[in-house]
Amino acid sequence: MEKPRRSSLKFVIDLLIGLVLSYYARLISNPLQSGLAYFAAGLIPALFIGWILFPFALYSKQPQPISFNHALHMDSDIADGIEGDTEAEKCLYCHSFRDDGTFAGIPKLELCMECHDDPDSPLGETQAEQQFMTEYVAQEKEVPWLLYSRQPDCVYFSHIAHVQKGELDCQVCHGDHGKTLELPPFQKNRITGYSINIWGKNILGLKSNTWDRMKMDDCAECHTQKGHEENNACFVCHK
Amino acid sequence: MENNLAHGHRFGMVIDIDKCTGCGTCMVACAAENNVTVRSDESDKQRSITWMQLYKITNGKAFPHTEVSYFPRPCMHCDEDGHGHHTSPCVTVCVATATRLDFNTGIVSQIYTRCVGCRYCQAACPYHARYFNWWDGYKLIQPFPKGMERSLSPEVSVRTRGVVEKCTFCHHRLMRAKNKAYAEGRREIEESEYITACAEACPVQAITFGDLNNPNHKVSQLIKSPYAFRLLERLNTKPKVYYISKKDWVREMADNYLPGEFKPISTAAVGSR
Repeated sequence: MEKPRRSSLKFVIDLLIGLVLSYYARLISNPLQSGLAYFAAGLIPALFIGWILFPFALYSKQPQPISFNHALHMDSDIADGIEGDTEAEKCLYCHSFRDDGTFAGIPKLELCMECHDDPDSPLGETQAEQQFMTEYVAQEKEVPWLLYSRQPDCVYFSHIAHVQKGELDCQVCHGDHGKTLELPPFQKNRITGYSINIWGKNILGLKSNTWDRMKMDDCAECHTQKGHEENNACFVCHK
Repeated sequence: MENNLAHGHRFGMVIDIDKCTGCGTCMVACAAENNVTVRSDESDKQRSITWMQLYKITNGKAFPHTEVSYFPRPCMHCDEDGHGHHTSPCVTVCVATATRLDFNTGIVSQIYTRCVGCRYCQAACPYHARYFNWWDGYKLIQPFPKGMERSLSPEVSVRTRGVVEKCTFCHHRLMRAKNKAYAEGRREIEESEYITACAEACPVQAITFGDLNNPNHKVSQLIKSPYAFRLLERLNTKPKVYYISKKDWVREMADNYLPGEFKPISTAAVGSR
């Protein structure tokens, strides 16, 4: 009894596939009459606007006040004032922790002036260094850096828990920022006001690097992988 | 992750009602610490947001025998039943998973950006510990008073209209203590490093805060007192906020006893204490 039933089922499936295929074959063979051409004429520009034009227009681009060269400062042959045996220690020389464990973030002018102290003699020949000396060091004015990673108000993030306790390298989240020759433009979402970097640029989640996408799920994924599932509790990262 | 609170911390509070003078410092300290909103007219107390509320109770007797007590009421941070099944009424009813019991600390969290404002939790909470934001608080006061943002704590996010908020046992202070511990190369915080703003501010030290899982901590010893009780204990919500009072009528008020059901503690039976 089983055989005929199976063959009849196969027949029905074949018939359905045939019907669908012939339907599409007719659509494609005569696109104008079937309306496929008009559909495509609407869909393709819409996708172009939605996937390319809108994201492009959504983010405003703003240059940093001074073109800062991270690679140069990380090079111990050139910048010998910045001490540290490992890469992370060098990062921490300027981007340091306070005594209570909070993260100081972008250094203040005071720290830059440990080396860049003489307004009359910039340490290099570039225009950015000249500008830094005349506009900020000479006037003792803080540089209004634009923060790539400023988190929304509802987010709590502890750098020290990740760097000191979790023993993660800065690179894991910040990528090759420490090797860049100049600062990338600051891209701000025109609607929310948040920087593009707080989520990472690859919202789809097709990531080859950690820093390609850093949404909440990516944080939780890493916590789970490292065996710290307890840190996926809401209040650990939200406030 | 262990689905119960037997491991890790289990933060709780013991409030000595006999010490409390009703001064209200805990309320003020709490509001200042946690960016609790104020309105231009705060006289309508039913609409006020008070994470820490102070109630006045009396024994209802005529003059020579009148007694008055005050009891402060934070969120009770109701516990789980030991098997990972939530018993916090608010957590059970939340439709948006905006409020959770953290099994590692015992603190009931409230995520304002996740809350949809249905107010089920407010209806479910038998302690009235949850408050709904009917207005935009600090976010959209227009014109924003100049310099007011400086009075806000950056460690606690401000709430918008349409979300529920409640006491968090000053969770940001726990994170602060953890940061300090990591900076000093420790992996665990010390007991004294984390106490809530109300416990710190109380001038008569009626509020003791600490880890109930630590048998050596003062809170674990205080709750063994025969005079220790919890509010509406028979609802099985397992609050982590304990009260202590030697006055029988205060303890009797903590639950809905039938006439004659409440058993007063005679001082003779307990011994000199």
